Amino acid sequence: MRNQYLQDIIRDVETELGTHQLKAIPRRSFIKLTGLAGGGLVLAFHLGESSSALAAQEGSNTFAPNAFLRISPDGSILIYSKNPEIGQGIKTAFPMIVAEELDADWSDVVVEQSEINQALYGRQAAGGSRSIPSSWDELRRAGATARSMLVAAAAREWGVSASDCTTAMSAVVHPHDGSRLGYGELASKAAALPVPDGNTIALKERKDWKLLGTRVTGVDNHALVTGQPLFGIDQKVPGMLYATYDKCPATGGSVRQANLDEIRSLPGVRDAFVLEGNGQVAELMPGVAIVATSTWAAFSAKRQLRVTWDESGASKDSWSGSVERARELAKQPGTETIGSSGDVEEAFSNAAKTLEGFYSYPFLSHATLEPQNSTAWYRDGTIEIWAPTQTPQRGISSVAKLLGIAEDQVTLHQTRVGGGFGRRLMNDSVCEAAAISKQTGAPVKLQWTREDDMAHDFYRVGGFHGLKGSVDETGKLTAFQDHFVTFTADGKNPVSGGNITDSEFPAPLIDHFRITQTMLPLGTPCGPWRAPRSNGIAFAVQSFIHELSEAAGRDHLEFLLEILGRPRWLDPGNTRTLNTGRAADVIKLAAEKAEWGKRLPEGRGLGLAFYFSHAGHFAEVAEVSVDANRKVTVHRVTVAADVGPIVNLSGAENQCQGAVIDGLSTTLGLGLSIEKGRVQESNFDQYPLLRIGSAPEVDVHFIQSEYAPTGLGEPALPPIAPAVCNAIFAATGYRVRELPLSKEGFTV
Amino acid sequence: MPTLRLSVNGREQVVEDVETSTPLLWVLRDSLGLVGTKFGCGGGFCGACTVHVDGKAIRSCSTTAASVVGRTITTIEGLAHEDGTLHALQEAWIEHDVPQCGYCQTGQIMTAAALLSGNSRPSDADVDQAMAGNLCRCGTYNRIRAAIHTAARKGGSA
Repeated sequence: MRNQYLQDIIRDVETELGTHQLKAIPRRSFIKLTGLAGGGLVLAFHLGESSSALAAQEGSNTFAPNAFLRISPDGSILIYSKNPEIGQGIKTAFPMIVAEELDADWSDVVVEQSEINQALYGRQAAGGSRSIPSSWDELRRAGATARSMLVAAAAREWGVSASDCTTAMSAVVHPHDGSRLGYGELASKAAALPVPDGNTIALKERKDWKLLGTRVTGVDNHALVTGQPLFGIDQKVPGMLYATYDKCPATGGSVRQANLDEIRSLPGVRDAFVLEGNGQVAELMPGVAIVATSTWAAFSAKRQLRVTWDESGASKDSWSGSVERARELAKQPGTETIGSSGDVEEAFSNAAKTLEGFYSYPFLSHATLEPQNSTAWYRDGTIEIWAPTQTPQRGISSVAKLLGIAEDQVTLHQTRVGGGFGRRLMNDSVCEAAAISKQTGAPVKLQWTREDDMAHDFYRVGGFHGLKGSVDETGKLTAFQDHFVTFTADGKNPVSGGNITDSEFPAPLIDHFRITQTMLPLGTPCGPWRAPRSNGIAFAVQSFIHELSEAAGRDHLEFLLEILGRPRWLDPGNTRTLNTGRAADVIKLAAEKAEWGKRLPEGRGLGLAFYFSHAGHFAEVAEVSVDANRKVTVHRVTVAADVGPIVNLSGAENQCQGAVIDGLSTTLGLGLSIEKGRVQESNFDQYPLLRIGSAPEVDVHFIQSEYAPTGLGEPALPPIAPAVCNAIFAATGYRVRELPLSKEGFTV
Repeated sequence: MPTLRLSVNGREQVVEDVETSTPLLWVLRDSLGLVGTKFGCGGGFCGACTVHVDGKAIRSCSTTAASVVGRTITTIEGLAHEDGTLHALQEAWIEHDVPQCGYCQTGQIMTAAALLSGNSRPSDADVDQAMAGNLCRCGTYNRIRAAIHTAARKGGSA
């Protein structure tokens, strides 16, 4: 789909943070104090770039009310978390960073979701494993600045030097007699002090951390286990109606005719109408809205809906056709060269052994367990929205444009998100709810069915790799070639998640490589899916690397370490690039913890794979057995990771365990077939997510290196598919080259 | 359309104008405001909508409200003890920091509670069997297993 919105989001999510951005933190610190009714210290923290916005706020007497670290005289500390909580644990991790530098007693901290306010908070989004690296510095400075003011207030009170005072557990400690003044007691006095420049405040040394790196249970857990209304789907406003929206199952189709009169006469139905949409697949596509007095009335009416679609402009995609075409294409190098060095042909002809393999992986759904939904209330040129979205700020701008109103007439409340995985980077359900509310003239909750959700995703694109590699007489990798067959919507660029770069492992580490690409046309919308592009490429490339080490008669651990070579940064000075030393360390640690090389019974094997993505270095070992009926059991997965220091150890382990299970689920049984532009699978009976009985133990080990912390939502996923497939080879001698495993006759 | 009298979390609820085909799920969520019970698939595949009817775990998306008139319905909102203290499973879920997105977890807990009420010290295999109908898209299964065992040790069948 030609869609600026989609491209912008993809750029947002996929663009790695360069070091220039990380270093560019000498932003102007901005702290503003206002009086609270009950007295107390209110610190707004924003270390942003928009000096004009900041200046505007500085000049006014009041602040937007929620952009604070707030300490009340009763000692309670309110910290607002600014980014969407999608299951990545950010609503706990962000406040922990503030609380550490503040030296707060975590039991004094109350966390709330902030409002959406770009001027106050800068970027508010969940995607690309970017929250922690993007906000690490500003959150630390927010806490440290508050702490310094509380110390200054106590020092003045005691008549001692501030530099002699220390802090602990939400209190300033007297340098001589050890007496304490609690932050609550100091709040009003601190509020009267001048605000220091945040960039001059010393941050804690890592050895002094007390909270970071510990296990902290999620701040919403009590509300979650008691069933409180946290999610988008749980929102209710007075007078609210319930809506469904039916779109053409082949993307791009429009409504020719529909039995609207019949639908309007059904029980509980208030209205049914056609929306033409704006042609933007990530915003509003044509469809039929049904508005009713309950969800069930709307769903029931939808079953009676009969639409004749005009599919002249709709997708005609066929997955089976693409597979055939790709298999043929991959026999030759691609037409477009992504990158090359040395002379692969020469290297292949001089090699002791060359090897070829054709790998493929299918389209995937995000299948968030909370189906897409949004609640919207359009009134007199303004709109209020409650939505589970990963990109609330984009949601606001999209709705404003769609309805032809100013962005400041759009209020969007962040709800907890029942699974993101990249799906909710798109605000299509937000736009639909907004348009339906405007047309209806009432508050409306739009609820998609599971079938809607499976039929209208921004799918993980399938892909194909024609791989060729060679080793010399010593068993050393000498050359590597990948013809990547992918898809394009516009004829120019690959679809989102369907690109490859010349820094793809092992290309930059060897003398002779060539990566080429061919693109097949596609009408099905695609988007980022947890660890975009890496989630497929890792399977193909890391499996093929194992094929090469086996062909060379080498131990895979040794083979991988040899490719990595001496410790160095791929792009010196850029700490978000591959570091071969960090890579080697996680590979060695995973191997050690999984007892690599141990003897295993017949039909059981270990598989090792490495992958670097989202600035995280990960190695995983899977222990797998396969019985005579090709039933696969994954007994244990060992994860070794280096993402720098860990913020919340409990949350971090949970992310790694979850990513492994997600990747395993995908590897074992998930794939979509698309025919006549329609995704064939419609619910979980046809899209068999992994269940508890097939979930292995997942042991997670972190190397907490000294580099700045990087994100954890995604990078644990890519290595699991090749680790499992390499283990299947070790157990059986069978090489899996097509995912999911169920396509190759395996069961779980 | 008929009026239904339902016993939910120890209270009699009168729900008017309920189409006879309406699943219990939507009566709980839309009519009674008990939104802890979640919609995931509508076909009984994912277990997010699990509640208890007469102590047994059932899928409320695939059970009509009309069919459970006169029976005892318990939802996640009614699982804690009357004095407000949490059920041992809820405590264990917090202790083990089980949730990621958290969307499936109320259904997981309701299934686990039904398990423990009939089997106070389940084995891993018992857990896997009882919990097989509840999907967790985030993959928190290891912690679910651990939390159930913790709750069982602490007398979570009550």
